[in-house]
Amino acid sequence: MTANTKLDPKVPSGPLADRWTRHKFELKLVNPANRRKFHVLVVGSGLAGASAAASLSEMGYRVTCLCIQDSPRRAHSIAAQGGINAAKNYPNDGDSVFRLFYDTIKGGDFRARESNVHRLAEISTAIIDQCVAQGVPFAREYGGLLANRSFGGAQVSRTFYARGQTGQQLLLGAYSALMRQVGLKKLTMLPRREMLEVVLVDGVARGVIARNLVTGEYERHAADAVLLCTGGYGNVFYLSTNAKACNVTATWRAHRRGAYFANPCFTQIHPTCIPVSGSHQSKLTLMSESLRNDGRVWVPKQTGDARAPGSIPEDERDYYLERKYPSFGNLVPRDVASRSAKEQCDQGRGVGPSKMAVYLDFRDAITRDGEDVIRAKYGNLFQMYERITGENPYQVPMRMYPAVHYTMGGLWVDYNLESTIPGLFVLGEANFSDHGANRLGASALMQGLADGYFVIPATIASHIAGRKLAPIKSDHPAFAEAENDARSRIQRILGMKGTRSADSIHRELGLTMWNQCGMARNAAGLKSALQTIRNLRSEFWENLRVPGEPNELNPTLEHAGRVADFLEFAELLATDALTREESCGGHFREEHQTPDGEAQRDDANYCHASAWEYQGEGRPAVLHKEPLAFEVVKPSTRSYK
Amino acid sequence: MSTSPTTGRMHVTLEIWRQKSASEPGRFVPYELDDVSPDMSFLEMLDVLNERLVAKGEEPIAFDHDCREGICGSCSLVIDGSPHGPERETTTCQLHMRRYRDGARITIEPFRARAFPVVKDLVVDRGAFDRVIAAGGFVSVNTGSAPAANAVLVPKDAADRAMDAAACIGCGACVAACPNGAAMLFVSAKVSHLALLPQGGPERDRRVLSMVETMDAEGFGHCTNHFECGAACPKGISVENIARLNREFLRAALKTPVVSRSSGSDD
Repeated sequence: MTANTKLDPKVPSGPLADRWTRHKFELKLVNPANRRKFHVLVVGSGLAGASAAASLSEMGYRVTCLCIQDSPRRAHSIAAQGGINAAKNYPNDGDSVFRLFYDTIKGGDFRARESNVHRLAEISTAIIDQCVAQGVPFAREYGGLLANRSFGGAQVSRTFYARGQTGQQLLLGAYSALMRQVGLKKLTMLPRREMLEVVLVDGVARGVIARNLVTGEYERHAADAVLLCTGGYGNVFYLSTNAKACNVTATWRAHRRGAYFANPCFTQIHPTCIPVSGSHQSKLTLMSESLRNDGRVWVPKQTGDARAPGSIPEDERDYYLERKYPSFGNLVPRDVASRSAKEQCDQGRGVGPSKMAVYLDFRDAITRDGEDVIRAKYGNLFQMYERITGENPYQVPMRMYPAVHYTMGGLWVDYNLESTIPGLFVLGEANFSDHGANRLGASALMQGLADGYFVIPATIASHIAGRKLAPIKSDHPAFAEAENDARSRIQRILGMKGTRSADSIHRELGLTMWNQCGMARNAAGLKSALQTIRNLRSEFWENLRVPGEPNELNPTLEHAGRVADFLEFAELLATDALTREESCGGHFREEHQTPDGEAQRDDANYCHASAWEYQGEGRPAVLHKEPLAFEVVKPSTRSYK
Repeated sequence: MSTSPTTGRMHVTLEIWRQKSASEPGRFVPYELDDVSPDMSFLEMLDVLNERLVAKGEEPIAFDHDCREGICGSCSLVIDGSPHGPERETTTCQLHMRRYRDGARITIEPFRARAFPVVKDLVVDRGAFDRVIAAGGFVSVNTGSAPAANAVLVPKDAADRAMDAAACIGCGACVAACPNGAAMLFVSAKVSHLALLPQGGPERDRRVLSMVETMDAEGFGHCTNHFECGAACPKGISVENIARLNREFLRAALKTPVVSRSSGSDD
């Protein structure tokens, strides 16, 4: 079902490069002395959440931050390896704000909002300044200046990095800013809390219901604004590079209360992950895209070639990325690299025990630069690879296969990062805003920090100063009602006493999503996935078994609640994929490809963001379309040849 | 590594610490587990055990974990007496069963330290680390007030050594390994990271004084130079940082009169 309600993205008009500056001027301000009267609730403590919570607290707002981990320092942003983009143009290789904007719009396959992306590129440089001032130990040249490296989808070096632990160092920077505010007693940090419901009063977000994961108690948190910074939904595929606790619960619960969910079918499959080794596999481990700066991707030319890689002579190897895409070579964007790897394996040229892998070979780089140089650049990644696989990548090529990594879709937000629920803002991976149908490497860290450090501190005033907010207390009936919903759901989960574990159902869901809704999708497969998802949901609600009590630490119960939400969300993802009758970025519909197998967009019919409105359990969601206007970059066929 | 010659699968006997809550006594419970693949990670082996417990209607074993790639610092576990188990510079989540023989007997306990109370089974509360960071493990720079990134030069060597120290994942293995339950390696890693960079300079003295004061108040023990911490650290953080912490502390303490040392300083 499609509705014609107009979504208002609140994008400023005028020249693209002036929009953010003018918008900031036109936004209302909250007087510094008045800010302490407003309570902002931040859910999640990753790059977006920690940077937002710290910045808003510094400005004088009263801030409470919740996270599901035992410490805010453990949010999954910490696992990002490669780097963060910024248009500093330090290497003097022709970079600019406009080029970063252009690369991101093109990399996203023309499915992102120009205004948002330009703002992101503009802010990128201030992020680096901020992080350096916090003491983030970025890589440096001998002269003491910051070093850069290249990433996929760009022909300039604009990626700042801290060895292979850039996410960790940026998160620890944001975490230190957050903890500074905690030490100053200006911010309340509540770890081991899971948000279960958003509370609406007169249609406006006025707080959340959270569960204390240690005691099982339900908590009512009233606020003047709620920020969801709860990451992506990659774990709907069960196996992904996401941490085990990553989930869709916060955004899905908000969706059920009225926040539109946009482009859920835009999922990113990362090309270089360590292949699955068996049915016990609990997660997949990514190997940074930066490895493709020096590693060469290849498969044997002959199908079913079982020789050891070292015994395959040069002329019997197919360096297929270099062959197909000579100008970008091994550094094509992620969606292109992933699909090419799948294609090679599907044609029978896959390597390793499962035959579902391609080689990433450092032999030539080691010969050229020496082992020490390669070790200095990627030592920790090589070590991680060896631990997991038992193979030494200095001697034999790495085996790689794509895996679910990032989700471009998320809650729909306007230019102020506000969802369709007034007062509910969504930041970082949890929103849909900046990456279109495919995210470029080293841009997730940039977006999370842009949203938290620089966008929300300005745009939150649109709500706080722009609307009359009556004082709110957690004894309002809306809190009692939402708490009841959360409670009865958990009681229902514990009450079934069936035979299936939540994990086994989650695995089954993941396999269906990966096979029918992963790197390549088609209508028949998606329709069968929809049926499987519905069956699994019935199975879950009839035959689940969760041991333990509700009033204590119960990780199995937490997981079951998240699986319940994935089982609802998966249906929306598959529906969105079925509805989008084109291929773009990470969404590849087999029915829509060029003769040489590249994605074929349909700009006449699908140049829009699909924002879905919840209609109740078992009722099809309603589709709202936000048309995307390209005023500056003319959509073209993305070519990396 | 040796595995069952016929199947390549292993059988292990686990002795696992079970404790309902902080206020109840715990005990070791034996579990037999067969059909373990050498390619499983240690935590995947525990997942398999937990799935079997759920199938029997028993309560699964609670343990902290998240990223499962050795960076978030959630996973803990003392395995056969060593925090994070037998492999050098390897977190529990990155330990794989190919490290063990078929028929192995493995003891699994929580991290034990006065400052890390047990929450349940193998889960402990490491909130004390956050409070130590809140006391001074930061540079006081509000968002928006930073100078241009390349305005301050940082010698590559200093940046590299700062990064070595900043690689700490805050897991707490150093505390669990220390006979005194000291947090010196953790605290020294953060003090070193920021003392080595010009950005950390202005707050160098008050940072170290405040962090050490909070470390003591949280119930961490004193350092008596056993250096078990360095051996247990999954990220290879060097105990040289402890020497630097001691120097930094002495330097700051001699310069700063006791009366003006306020931990609750304003920005």
